[in-house]
Amino acid sequence: MDLETIWFCIVALFFAGYLFLEGFDFGVGMLLPILGRDNTERRVMINTIGPVWDGNEVWLIVAGGAMFAAFPAWYAGLFSAVYLPLLLVLLALIGRGVAFEYRGKVDSVRWRRNWDRVIMIGSWIPPFGVGLLLTTSVLGLPLDADGNRVGTAFESVRWDTVLGGLAVVGFSLVHGAAFLALKTDGDIRQRARRLAVRILPVALLPAVALMLLVQWREGSAWTLVPLAVSATAAFVAWWRLSLGREGQGFAALGVVIVSAAVVLFGALYPGVLPSTLDAANSLTVDNASSSPYTLTVMSWVALFGAPAVLVYQGWTYWVFRKRISTQHIPKVHVPR
Amino acid sequence: MEVLDLARWQFGITTVYHFLMVPLTIGLSILVAGMQTAWVRTGNERYLKMTKFWGKLLLVNFAMGVVTGIVQEFQFGMNWSAYSRFVGDVFGAPLAMEGLVAFFVESTFLGLWIFGWDRLPKRVHLACVWAFSLATVASAYFILAANSWMQHPVGAEFVDGKPTMTSIWAVLTNNTALAAIPHTIAGTFSVSAAFLVGIAAWRLWRKRRERDEDRQVWRSSLKLGAWTGVVAFAALAITGDVQGKLMFEQQPMKMASAEALCHTEQPASFSILAVGDVRDANCENVKTFSVPALLSFLAHNDFDTEVKGIEDLVGEYQERYGTHYPDDPALGELAGQPIDYVPNLPVTYWGFRIMIGFGGLSAAFGVLALWLTRKDRIPDTKWFPRAALLSIATPFIANSAGWIFTEMGRQPFVVVPNPTGVDGVWMFTAQAVSNVSTGEVWTSLISLTALYAVLAVVEVYLIAKYVRGGVEGVMPPKKPDDEGEGPDKTDDDALAFAY
Repeated sequence: MDLETIWFCIVALFFAGYLFLEGFDFGVGMLLPILGRDNTERRVMINTIGPVWDGNEVWLIVAGGAMFAAFPAWYAGLFSAVYLPLLLVLLALIGRGVAFEYRGKVDSVRWRRNWDRVIMIGSWIPPFGVGLLLTTSVLGLPLDADGNRVGTAFESVRWDTVLGGLAVVGFSLVHGAAFLALKTDGDIRQRARRLAVRILPVALLPAVALMLLVQWREGSAWTLVPLAVSATAAFVAWWRLSLGREGQGFAALGVVIVSAAVVLFGALYPGVLPSTLDAANSLTVDNASSSPYTLTVMSWVALFGAPAVLVYQGWTYWVFRKRISTQHIPKVHVPR
Repeated sequence: MEVLDLARWQFGITTVYHFLMVPLTIGLSILVAGMQTAWVRTGNERYLKMTKFWGKLLLVNFAMGVVTGIVQEFQFGMNWSAYSRFVGDVFGAPLAMEGLVAFFVESTFLGLWIFGWDRLPKRVHLACVWAFSLATVASAYFILAANSWMQHPVGAEFVDGKPTMTSIWAVLTNNTALAAIPHTIAGTFSVSAAFLVGIAAWRLWRKRRERDEDRQVWRSSLKLGAWTGVVAFAALAITGDVQGKLMFEQQPMKMASAEALCHTEQPASFSILAVGDVRDANCENVKTFSVPALLSFLAHNDFDTEVKGIEDLVGEYQERYGTHYPDDPALGELAGQPIDYVPNLPVTYWGFRIMIGFGGLSAAFGVLALWLTRKDRIPDTKWFPRAALLSIATPFIANSAGWIFTEMGRQPFVVVPNPTGVDGVWMFTAQAVSNVSTGEVWTSLISLTALYAVLAVVEVYLIAKYVRGGVEGVMPPKKPDDEGEGPDKTDDDALAFAY
């Protein structure tokens, strides 16, 4: 494999990792007012992702950084073209991150209610925006010869990219419910699991529709394989969750999103951002990439850095592996 | 306003804002790691209280640093896509390394530290706070390496219309970066030192007349802060001097604009203050109070060096980099216009002086507070607590002024040409912006600024609340009423920390 292809895979890997990891922590935030009946239950939910959400979010930052270093033209073209949706993602992520940290710092119902709203809104918008961003990259934009967007600010907001946004939102919702079933105990665990089973068939529909659309428009023969894997895993997830096997259901959902990412990026390759105006303007792994020297340097960094990340992030999940229930939640202690 | 101006305003606002949180996080995390080390080694409760109290303020602040950092990475692509395309081959690498090597460590180990109290063995937990705090320094290193490349590009050659990296080692050991890093890190300690001194002095003063069982906590914090501040200021002066000499060689226009030095001087005097309009490039209406020959010394270590003035430099720049912008529609209003090589002089001149002045002020207040609280004294005056709280702001102002100076001083370039470097590796700021609509950038500028303003209020409110709460506010009383908490206490103990 040439360096450009390797780096295309690395960028895809970071996005897949991001969708997997922050998928469930977005889901937890989305479900906060739905599953959390009182403050203690909401605190249980937030604390399932408390130690890890920040590390999960770094996957997005590194995905962006990897794009910048390895495919500057892709990063520049896509981020400036999908400007307003990306701005919404940023605003939402800012509010959400601060909300986790600040929510418990004042003992007042109003204070907590406001931050709960920020968490909820901040968890619904980013998966939509990221889904829209990735779908735009796969399905293309009107690009001129310089790789700049032609047309209005809303060029990236079309029915097919909105479908991409809904796909990630739907997935995150189910994944979050499955995660809560896996990480909590007591009443909320049962409710989370039942919810996951009930909404899964509907919530994963946009994702399936998106994969079929991408397969039909851009796919090649081999992307049918991850598509089939993804669809099968969705059935398995539903089946295992309905039997109360939360861990297996959660893992199967992981397979759903990772193979869905393989379908998207597999259909995109060797392009990175197709132009819908003229194929000659399309950005590909060849014309958008950095020099072989830069890619070599970054390969060494990734070779040592990425496995280390998996090890210590894995360790974090192991340290905080215990289920959390309402009796684990300490009393609120803040300055008067 | 055009996209260029809006994008510059946004970059300025978001970066200065981000860099209010970042230096406090870096310096304070290392100091907190030191406090926790002292606790683990001595078992002295005082150090645990210090760790918990300052650690809590660190977290309130860190959250803001993280979330505002994401904007920093994304806006290169959103607002500065021409820049990103042009320099991505070189500039992207340290940025990606920052994420992969430093930021992952930072965020993961911070989570472990926050939630790991009582769940991890003491020493492992201590290692987590060190991993976190050293990773913040590593983050700063990579970001400064990237920034220094914009000030002084190295390790690249011009191939097919773009800089192409030839040596990552040269980029990471750029002498501009190696000078900027200790200077910036010293600046982070200066900020954290003033934070400790100001808050500790206020807490001491508030309970000056009553029994305060935590008095030693505040005394130790004040001492730690004051000494850190003095050492940091010395380090700032020394590293700043090194940076000045590099600037003289690498960015002579920035040097001249720092002084608003219109005409070449030999020996050159260092201006302390100016009366009149420094904007005037002929210096006719300006009266400055200056120290003879000092600028020559700062520039080149001897009192007789010639320092070039703006007038001569403009001619040199025009000869080397052209007199007019290319007639490219992407440049908007500036297409085909003459290039103004002179940075915004009032900003650079005063920025430089504010940086030095406020930096010195913050260290001086630390020394004063140390003196006033010597031998168990606590000053019983009204001005003391006010001055203490005000002094917290001084190094923040100094840091911001320093960065505004260094970034405005490189205009009109976004990548400043290396005078002895490769041809072609430079870029005008006007050429760097994205081809997006002003509406988009307006939306972004307004919404980010508004959100940042709201969050600033919230952060300051929370910090003030925790400062008023003191140690009690961050440490639950030793023996909570154990009755009726839950059925089974062995395994289902409440978490030591939960959001």
